[in-house]
Amino acid sequence: MAVVQDVHGHVHGHPTGIMRWIGATNHKDIGTMYLCFSLTMLFIGGFLIMGVRAELFMPGMQIFEPEVFNSFTTLHGLIMVFGAIMPAFVGFANWQVPMMIGAPDMAFARMNNWSFWLLPVAASLLIGSFFVPGGAAAGGWTFYPPLSTQGGLGVDMMIFAIHILGASSIMGAINIITTILNMRAPGMTLMKMPMFVWTWLITAYLLVLVMPVLAGTVTMLLTDRHFGTSFFNAAGGGDPVLFQHVFWFFGHPEVYIMILPSFGIVSEVIPTFARKPLFGYSSMVYATASIAILSCIVWAHHMFSVGMPAAGQLFFMYATMLIAVPTGVKVFNWTATMWRGSMTFETPMLFAIGFILLFVIGGFSGVVCALVPVDIQVQDTYYVIAHFHYVLVSGSLFSLFAGAYYWLPKWSGRMYDETLGKWHFWLSMVFFNLTFFVQHFLGLAGMPRRIPDYALQFADFNMISSIGAFGFGLAQLLFVYIVIKCLRSGEKAPDMPWDGAKTLEWTHLPTPAPYHSFETPPVVKF
Amino acid sequence: MSQATEHYYVPAPSKWPIIGSTALVFMGFGAALTMNKLPLGYSLLGIGFAILVFMLFGWFGEVIRESQKGVYHAQEDRSFRWGMTWFIFSEVMFFAAFFGALFYMRTFSIPWLAGEGVGGVDHALLWPDFTGDWPTAGPGFADNFTPMGAWGIPAINTLLLLTSGVTITLAHWALQKNDRSGLKLWMLATIALGVTFLGFQIYEYGHAYADLNLKLTSGAYGSTFYMLTGFHGFHVTLGTIMLIVIYFRSAAGHFKPEHHFGFEGVAWYWHFVDVVWLGLFIFVYLV
Repeated sequence: MAVVQDVHGHVHGHPTGIMRWIGATNHKDIGTMYLCFSLTMLFIGGFLIMGVRAELFMPGMQIFEPEVFNSFTTLHGLIMVFGAIMPAFVGFANWQVPMMIGAPDMAFARMNNWSFWLLPVAASLLIGSFFVPGGAAAGGWTFYPPLSTQGGLGVDMMIFAIHILGASSIMGAINIITTILNMRAPGMTLMKMPMFVWTWLITAYLLVLVMPVLAGTVTMLLTDRHFGTSFFNAAGGGDPVLFQHVFWFFGHPEVYIMILPSFGIVSEVIPTFARKPLFGYSSMVYATASIAILSCIVWAHHMFSVGMPAAGQLFFMYATMLIAVPTGVKVFNWTATMWRGSMTFETPMLFAIGFILLFVIGGFSGVVCALVPVDIQVQDTYYVIAHFHYVLVSGSLFSLFAGAYYWLPKWSGRMYDETLGKWHFWLSMVFFNLTFFVQHFLGLAGMPRRIPDYALQFADFNMISSIGAFGFGLAQLLFVYIVIKCLRSGEKAPDMPWDGAKTLEWTHLPTPAPYHSFETPPVVKF
Repeated sequence: MSQATEHYYVPAPSKWPIIGSTALVFMGFGAALTMNKLPLGYSLLGIGFAILVFMLFGWFGEVIRESQKGVYHAQEDRSFRWGMTWFIFSEVMFFAAFFGALFYMRTFSIPWLAGEGVGGVDHALLWPDFTGDWPTAGPGFADNFTPMGAWGIPAINTLLLLTSGVTITLAHWALQKNDRSGLKLWMLATIALGVTFLGFQIYEYGHAYADLNLKLTSGAYGSTFYMLTGFHGFHVTLGTIMLIVIYFRSAAGHFKPEHHFGFEGVAWYWHFVDVVWLGLFIFVYLV
């Protein structure tokens, strides 16, 4: 191994061969692995949902047995949430946080490696569960009992996969918190940190707060399944609804775990391409913190229709609607940042603006879902599917694309093909809306989710939605092509490819970023 | 703000994480097979566990050797402190899930099953005789058990753990004064208290199964009782193993009066285990 240690025990040089990746302690290598893993999972989860949309292309049972259809929707959700979106953000954090705060690496470099290498273990359990007797878990990605207390081996594999993913997330979160609190360069005070770093700090707090609760939840599910406990069994004094409470105590903050880093990325991209500093920086920080705190006291809005005292419904309804306030602050600030800026519309900016537009639609339908009487009507319909895909796909995923195009030149030293990037954006934008906008109407008309067949009156919109989904899936192949083309033959990127970028990785480091950056911390003066 | 005077220690590529992941592949598949009573389960689980133990020895051993070489300075020390703090916080949240289940059952689901508030119809249709008095095995299980009293072994165990919190602090003070024999003595006392606690806990479980008919399958009470005390006991076991490691490190001359986070981290963990026990004693045994 080509590694030399000096008297400080500091690693220099550039490890090569397979151990560079397997044993990696370099935050950039680990970030790259996270991003590649996440992209792979995006396509596996996408493949599953292509199957689902093919089945739903027209009414009647075409392709799947209902059980298989259900396992496809279940694993699509689990893989996209835990395999695609979350690891992608951790990949961004790995690449960007040390560079943006002027740190030499993550605080715990070896633990960082383990956080990543637990993911393929969990993925093998999840994907492997398709091939065991009884098939994969099919009770939905929320695996409510009693369905999940009844399933077979596949459900246990899912439970252990979630344990391992949780361990990975907790280690990752502790690493990020420690890095941000302890590794900032002199002068980089908390209120000078880039927004991306701030949003990740708050996200990491949410992760250590709720991932252990998820671990406890699946542990109770496991003992209910195999050791005769009665946590979720009314005959023993427990309650299946208890599962929903503990699950959503994790699950709702989880929603924000997947969107706060998006806010961070968009808050870096918009000022760069508007060539103006971020409007209302400190209010952005406080809004992010407020969203995180509120996200912990709204979980039961996922459960309005299971039955709960009216006082509980009112509390969770109003608390949920309150989240619209800090979120509105953010949207206002992004818009105000663009106001009278010298804007240009490169691909990252297009995805960021697309994010704002579509995320706001998802946010509004979220306020609609927060209303108890409306939610009781739209619960478990395609309206809810449309709502959370507007925040997760055109929210989280679009921001990931914005970030990927924005930082690809810094990471690789090469420019991506701007024309193809714009094609990727517009195809994604059109097909995304084709897929999901009509699902609002399907849901309002009463089409339930997680059912492989539907009544005739839903046929037209389902066909439109399926065509949109196939188009969206194919458009993402273009992204892979653009990245490969950029890495192989993209033209050399200048040190500062974007005019307005002000964060340390652009101002203090050459492009591409060297393998070891900021071994001696820079002095930060703003 | 970190004023780094030395380079922060970034370790060379390491084989330990991938060995740990290999262990978890075996353990994940092994546990899933075992629980479904399928062949290979126990062997996979055993192999996985052996690899995990090997990894823990190797990884921690490497960190200890690095520490002895003196590569960890003030900034690394702060990282360890932050890391341990948030790890313990995540453990607190893990226990919070089980405490939450206990509170939910006692405050909501059991009174509802007994006909209070929104549960009237369920009660009348399903289990009209159920009164909902705690402790209960729930309305559907006709299992009679005797709940675990608080003032026998649990009270003694409370005393043992609280005392061990004192002895580990005495060991810490001895270390700070560079009183090595005091350090070792108080460490041994702490370990002895921890082991005694575990011995009593095992005896209590035996007693519960043999004499009280109190089992994991005893509905709401049995589930929460064994889940909370069981995971706590597991954490005491881990804590005791950590104490033993620290004892041997002390005996080997590790730790300096001004530089001993390895010791402090274990002490923090031990206090955490202690505090969780106080919660257990109050909410599982007393009320």
